[in-house]
Amino acid sequence: MRGRLRKLETWRLYLAVGCGAAIGALLRFLSGFFIIAGLDQSALWATAFVNIVGSFIIMFFAAITGPDGRWMVGPVGRQFVMGGICGGFTTFSAMSLDAFMLMLRGDLLQAALYLAGVIFFSLAAAWVGYAFAIQINR
Amino acid sequence: MSLEACALVLSGGFIGGIARFFLSGLIGRRVGETFPWGTFVVNVTGALLIGAVAGLAQSSDGFFSGALFRDFLMVGLLGGYTTVSSFALQSLNLALGGQQRQALFNIAASAVLGVIAVGVGFAVVAWMLEPGR
Repeated sequence: MRGRLRKLETWRLYLAVGCGAAIGALLRFLSGFFIIAGLDQSALWATAFVNIVGSFIIMFFAAITGPDGRWMVGPVGRQFVMGGICGGFTTFSAMSLDAFMLMLRGDLLQAALYLAGVIFFSLAAAWVGYAFAIQINR
Repeated sequence: MSLEACALVLSGGFIGGIARFFLSGLIGRRVGETFPWGTFVVNVTGALLIGAVAGLAQSSDGFFSGALFRDFLMVGLLGGYTTVSSFALQSLNLALGGQQRQALFNIAASAVLGVIAVGVGFAVVAWMLEPGR
């Protein structure tokens, strides 16, 4: 009985991550469409935007639903938002491909600055999300 | 942008997210959770694959350079498979937990190996599809 329950919980986790990632990927696609076609910006900005925003949200959510957090969310809900939506919304592959394409064009400095910049601001955004959540949890 | 494209991104994201959860969980259980090897491996392999897909799109025409192929594989599947949010969360948690060196290693190694992996995937496919081979 306990084994069956654990199996059910595992299936629920997978389904939560899959559905969350599908939603996150669609949101990334739509925000990319808006940034590129609507605001007339390069695809580089679209990738930077999703990674920075997604890193903020995951850390904010992780801290606010954590053991000392204000908001009680179970493991399935946490995985839906963190592993699912945030994981599907952000993309490491497109970021690396963007940097490689800049290198291929011969823009080595721009490639290095782009990659370092997106990673730096994603980490900074995650830290800001954490700091925000800590304030609210207090 | 069409409904068809949205459906492709949705289904690609679903599969990619599940693949990431499966592989990163498997690696985490095998080698332990002290260092985020799961996310690391997911991101570097995803970079390798997107390099190969980009090489395929560039070196061949027709279906492989089309929007359907790109929306499903690159935007949906590989975009959903790889993640910057978990990478940022885990790097920050390492740093906040006093393991600054591991955090720095995770950040630098992921970034450098990610770009190298794209290059390897891209070059291998371009080489295989070279005319006359």
